Amino acid sequence: MKGFSSKMPSRSILLPPMAILLALAIGALTILALGINPIFAYAALFQGAFGSLHSLTETFVKASPLLFTGLAAAVAFRCRVWNIGAEGQLYMGAVVTTWAGLTLVEVPAALLIPLLILLSFAAGAMWAVIAGALKAKFKVNEIILTLMLNFIAIYFVSYLVEGPWRDPSGITYSPPLTTSAWLPTLVSGTRLHLGILLAFVCAVFISLLFRKTVLGYKIQAIGANPEASRYAGIEVSKTIIIVMVISGGLAGLAGMGEIAGVQHRLMSGFSPWYGFLGILVAMLGKLRPFGIVVASILFGGLLVGGDAMQRVGGVPAPLVFVLQGLIVLLLLFYEHVFARFARS
Amino acid sequence: MKPGETVIAMRGITKRFPGVLANDHVDIDIKAGEIHAILGENGAGKTTLMNILYGLLQPDEGEIFVYGEKVTPKSPKDMIDLGIGMVHQHFMLIPTFTVVENIILGLESSKEPFLDVDLAEKKIIELSEKYGLKVNPKAKVWQLSTGERQRVEIIKALYRGAQVLIMDEPTSVLTPTEVEELSKILKRMAKEGLAIIPFITHKLPEVMAISDRVTVLRKGRVVGRFETKLTDEKSLAREMVGREVLFKLPKSEVKKGKVVLEVRGLWAQSDFGVSALKGVSFSIREGEILGVAGVAGNGQRELAEVIAGLRRAVAGRVLIDGRDVTNLPPREIIKQGLGHIPEDRMGMGLILDFSIAENIILETHSDPPFAYRWILPFKKRWFIDQDEVDKYAEKLLLEYNIVAAGKDTLARHLSGGNLQRLILARELSREPKVLVANQPTRGLDVGATEFIRRKLLEQRDRGVAILLISEDLDEVMSMSDRIAVLYEGEIMGILPAEKADMKEVGMMMAGSKRAQSLEEPA
Repeated sequence: MKGFSSKMPSRSILLPPMAILLALAIGALTILALGINPIFAYAALFQGAFGSLHSLTETFVKASPLLFTGLAAAVAFRCRVWNIGAEGQLYMGAVVTTWAGLTLVEVPAALLIPLLILLSFAAGAMWAVIAGALKAKFKVNEIILTLMLNFIAIYFVSYLVEGPWRDPSGITYSPPLTTSAWLPTLVSGTRLHLGILLAFVCAVFISLLFRKTVLGYKIQAIGANPEASRYAGIEVSKTIIIVMVISGGLAGLAGMGEIAGVQHRLMSGFSPWYGFLGILVAMLGKLRPFGIVVASILFGGLLVGGDAMQRVGGVPAPLVFVLQGLIVLLLLFYEHVFARFARS
Repeated sequence: MKPGETVIAMRGITKRFPGVLANDHVDIDIKAGEIHAILGENGAGKTTLMNILYGLLQPDEGEIFVYGEKVTPKSPKDMIDLGIGMVHQHFMLIPTFTVVENIILGLESSKEPFLDVDLAEKKIIELSEKYGLKVNPKAKVWQLSTGERQRVEIIKALYRGAQVLIMDEPTSVLTPTEVEELSKILKRMAKEGLAIIPFITHKLPEVMAISDRVTVLRKGRVVGRFETKLTDEKSLAREMVGREVLFKLPKSEVKKGKVVLEVRGLWAQSDFGVSALKGVSFSIREGEILGVAGVAGNGQRELAEVIAGLRRAVAGRVLIDGRDVTNLPPREIIKQGLGHIPEDRMGMGLILDFSIAENIILETHSDPPFAYRWILPFKKRWFIDQDEVDKYAEKLLLEYNIVAAGKDTLARHLSGGNLQRLILARELSREPKVLVANQPTRGLDVGATEFIRRKLLEQRDRGVAILLISEDLDEVMSMSDRIAVLYEGEIMGILPAEKADMKEVGMMMAGSKRAQSLEEPA
């Protein structure tokens, strides 16, 4: 059985690897300009990302939120709903996770963790639906709405950790969550937590959604031609809201994973822009769940390996952000070049 | 330039596109003082030839001579400099500018950096008197009728010194009266020594009325050259299509049943917020085709969309089978038994990036047998059964002669005729009670047109009530049981097809209301 839509011509599957290679080449020139041997630096990057059990698990720790936010972006973008508010939705997921971890101290882990999953999904979904409903009902531009809602969520967290949830010790963190709210680790002695498995399960679900379900059909129909969808009797507004629920919910799960799986307490700036990086991950993965899995591991590896590159090779870690941006820019560039080729 | 002198000679013009030989050694001579129509179906290579003549495309082989001199135009500007002008099918005018402003747009003024409107106005009046091109230079373009706008386009070309006028489908947007006027103007221009080259797809009566000579293209080749006086519509059509063409499909006598679609006092607005429908009323019975004639933009699109629930009715009612469906969501109206062939095939009728099979289930994807429950305990059907979809798509591909590699071919890769067959397959296979067909054969070749008309008549015989909206007056006249004429959002009158004559319908299309409607009370 074949799925519907998004039929990529076979050669365009080569574009992401080409974009990655060219981005690395440009990065190499930059490193060379710093007077450092790029081979040496990249070796450190690779070693730091995938070279040991520790680095490998760390890569997956970073890949987990990226996979959630990447899927969040993909679900929305396939419907041509531009949700760029994953960052804010992630923060709201983190907020309810923290709330549950601070208040529901009596609840056993077997109950609390499923509850965290539900609550954080709901919180992210709610934050996204604000924008989705306004778009669906009043045609308000969702790009601006979701962007602005990011700042509200981020500063709401700052308020919480500096005000009501400030740790008694005085630092601007929340107190630690009750341990029954901590996601179990998968490999003892590492930080690899349940979140990555949950993210993989979500990737499978989203893949099924796109390929086998009535809802997936509607989402992609609206994305490909809203006018024809309306003509065919698809409830466009309702579907957009459902899309925002799923998209925001996935981003909310990313926030839950970070707080319950990694930090175990709420703090400002706990996310190195996972919400926005998710957009890049989704684009590099060509909005396909399997592609996004690969892209999230790659981007996770770059984040982890970047630190190693700085420590061992002396290359500034922020270079990896440059690389991440370059990869997606080049991908878009290639696509246009190829589109032009195909036409002429 | 003397009448009879060869102005343009095209020799062995050949143009290839990937997989297509668009022009195959085309030889054409255009003489001063003649109206030389180029006739051909879609895909015959007309547009390519026109673009080569206008300098937009360069031929792969062959030569073009203008006044005996070989030219190799690189852009339309080169051709304009040689005195070859173009009047586009879709006018390239700025509605909020005056006629003069539009005409001098892009030209250098004698008083740079200021405009010299007075001088231009004088020149325009001269031109319009010389050729009988009546138009007020001070009028804003939005105030002008379609016929007047076309005259502005003609003056625009003449103003730039055109001695040869290429005209792309000049009659497609005009009422019969306007066509007559245009024909007079063109004849006068030809008499003054200009050469006029109208490119026409299928309006044979107009080719007969306007032209002095006709060159017929088929599959990129010249298949016939005629003196208009010495030929007739039938032989032109035979050359153009390559076989005998039935002008009138046989229409069987069908017993009309009860009223299925009823529209009462319908008002609606256009996208720009002005009233596009002003109290439209009619009813259609089972097994009946009501044809709506009218010039484009008189409320046709709005009428179809309001019935389908895609545009709000401000006032009035739409009833299907006696049930009020006014302003219901499209899905509810579809469930009531509406089939809709929209005007905009690619924008509304299909999803071009979906496959044929996916397009087939555009309306029925959540209904059995295409959707199933699996084991989930919900009433709603959540999953799509791809096997059922594929089976169904394959069946329809055969039934509607859709030419494609297979059911997984993207709609984007289908030709215009096949796109329309696909829409037709989807809409008719749902067995609608009411069918709204808006411009069902516009831009299609003769083969596809005939197929679609046959299918529509088949539906009529099945007892479907059909609202056929078409700008092709011949189509409306030959297909309909009754004919309604829409003008500026009002119905000018409804007459039985056997009592309608071209002339009267033409007058109504231009806005003259019938004294009394012949419609029997429903």
